[in-house]
Amino acid sequence: MVEHKKNAAAYWKANLKLIWISLAIWALVSYGFGILLRPLLSGIPVGGTDLGFWFAQQGSILTFIGLIFFYAWRMNKLDKEFGLDEE
Amino acid sequence: MSQFAINLIFVGASFALYIGIAIWARAGSTKEFYVAGGGVNPITNGMATAADWMSAASFISMAGLIAAGGYAYSSFLMGWTGGYVLLAMLLAPYLRKFGKFTVPDFIGDRFYSTGARLVAVACLIIASVTYVIGQMTGAGVAFSRFLEVENDTGLMIAAVVVFMYAVMGGMKGITYTQVAQYVVLIIAYTIPAVFISLQLTGNPIPPLGLFSTHTESGMPLLQKLDEVVRELGFQDYTADVSNKLNMVLFTLSLMIGTAGLPHVIIRFFTVPKVADARWSAGWALVFIALLYLTAPAVASMARLNLLTTIYPAGPTAEAIHYDERPDWIRTWENTGLIRFNDKNGDGRIQLYNDVPAFQETAEARGWAGNELTVNNDILVLANPEIANLPGWVIGLIAAGGLAAALSTAAGLLLAISSAVSHDLIKGSINPNISDKGELLAARISMGVAIVVATWLGMNPPGFAAQVVALAFGIAAASIFPALMMGIFSKRVNSKGAIAGMLAGLISTVVYIFLYLGWFFIPGTATFANVEANWLFGISPLSFGAVGAMINFAVAFAVSAMTEEPPQEIQDLVESVRFPRGAGVATGH
Repeated sequence: MVEHKKNAAAYWKANLKLIWISLAIWALVSYGFGILLRPLLSGIPVGGTDLGFWFAQQGSILTFIGLIFFYAWRMNKLDKEFGLDEE
Repeated sequence: MSQFAINLIFVGASFALYIGIAIWARAGSTKEFYVAGGGVNPITNGMATAADWMSAASFISMAGLIAAGGYAYSSFLMGWTGGYVLLAMLLAPYLRKFGKFTVPDFIGDRFYSTGARLVAVACLIIASVTYVIGQMTGAGVAFSRFLEVENDTGLMIAAVVVFMYAVMGGMKGITYTQVAQYVVLIIAYTIPAVFISLQLTGNPIPPLGLFSTHTESGMPLLQKLDEVVRELGFQDYTADVSNKLNMVLFTLSLMIGTAGLPHVIIRFFTVPKVADARWSAGWALVFIALLYLTAPAVASMARLNLLTTIYPAGPTAEAIHYDERPDWIRTWENTGLIRFNDKNGDGRIQLYNDVPAFQETAEARGWAGNELTVNNDILVLANPEIANLPGWVIGLIAAGGLAAALSTAAGLLLAISSAVSHDLIKGSINPNISDKGELLAARISMGVAIVVATWLGMNPPGFAAQVVALAFGIAAASIFPALMMGIFSKRVNSKGAIAGMLAGLISTVVYIFLYLGWFFIPGTATFANVEANWLFGISPLSFGAVGAMINFAVAFAVSAMTEEPPQEIQDLVESVRFPRGAGVATGH
């Protein structure tokens, strides 16, 4: 039982870490590159405008998709590693 | 064949398909009615979620809004997709593990309180009913434009179709019709976009066309668009915004609101396993992104197309004669969504930005005011006509617009009826009701919800547009934080959760009412809704994120001052965190 609790705590810690990393990237591409940091990226041209515009209208969405699939793949693997997956 | 006949065939065929699915996918138990039996494939669910989520607003209005607002309205693109990241990581897998039928189910159990459950039911019903009004009016517009029937008749037809598959099939019927509706709406949206992208840039993929070269001028498309709108006194399409705080909060409100909308959350209860809920969120976003990556391309290309139609020889030359206007302008003038007023009496259509800064240029050109008003909503619907596409594409757009409106309406109606039959009737009034009895109650609630929604669609309150802000505000400020704290904190107790939900809800609703009128009654706004009056420059539409922060802060503060939740609740939190069922007992 103690062993099980330790295992569960480590699993949850790993999940939280993964969420923090993913949400940092989530915020960086949308609120960062797409909005607040756009003036900094204005020097990088993309098809008649700048990289910030691209992130606001396309880049952030593509990154979101990548993030969800990465999270799903990683978590489903963690479930098995910790023996916490559904049978 | 007349255009009317073509439209009729497309819409009729799609409706026949939905009814066929309704007959095939009847629900035999409450489990089938509420969560489609719980065995939906994650990709199928992703597709159904995409249709469930993409409403008349996404299909009809969004590209038009972005066309008008340019970069500044990128918030809609990021906000309405970024919420899925929150859903996938912070809510969906744990709520799936919890394994019950509705959102208030979780809030009621986790916060061990009928009060919390009822607050959640109230928030859910207000958010979903306001949202459903927009879908019904959207369906009405599509009917009256494409099928030449009265708005009310169109709504009745739509209501009967939804009634058939939603009342008979519940979530099961809705899931499989939503899959069919997704296919219809995505084809309808992308085909005209591909043709327009080809015409303007030679690139058949609209999202790539957006950033490529405008064939006619040899300039990058967006640069060309910036140049044209600048000549007409508009702000550059790609111009940055100055009020970044508001843009951040608006985007955040849309994201949190998306993740907190009950009709989206319950879709994730239909997949077999926790792992599937995670995958399913990814698939949902893939299917949503097909439209959301196309929309900004449609927006910029349609804006450029419109302006080059009005100024065939460029914005610095003469505008076209009213008598020589293209057919699609004539068609849409009949609906009142395009209006022309020859203010300077020269018989030409001058379209420009009528602002003081541009007055001098306009006067020098002999212009006496902007003469053409174009409703944002027609942009997507008129797209095939603007690009001179064949009649069947127009029929497809009609079926697609209806698919978008009806799929979302059905999802919302299910969220409402399950809250009534499961949370109110079984959860509070008559806990001993049999499964058969509850199924009947669910069907009756669904029927009543459809009648109410149809009535509201026929008599839309004058404030329908603002009300959508309310739906997102409520979802963001009350439902999302309560769910998230219920999963990620063991310390938040029932007092904290109820205080937090009420604080978030009331602060958001009051802030919206202050600027948009108390209960949206015109003329009762305390302050004029202009940026100078907003608190720290935060618009009422952006306040949901602030309401959510207030909810979190109040809930933690009140919980810290009061007792810990009982042990079995802490065990419940443990159990939703881990996919394996055997982990900790949930007390049954």
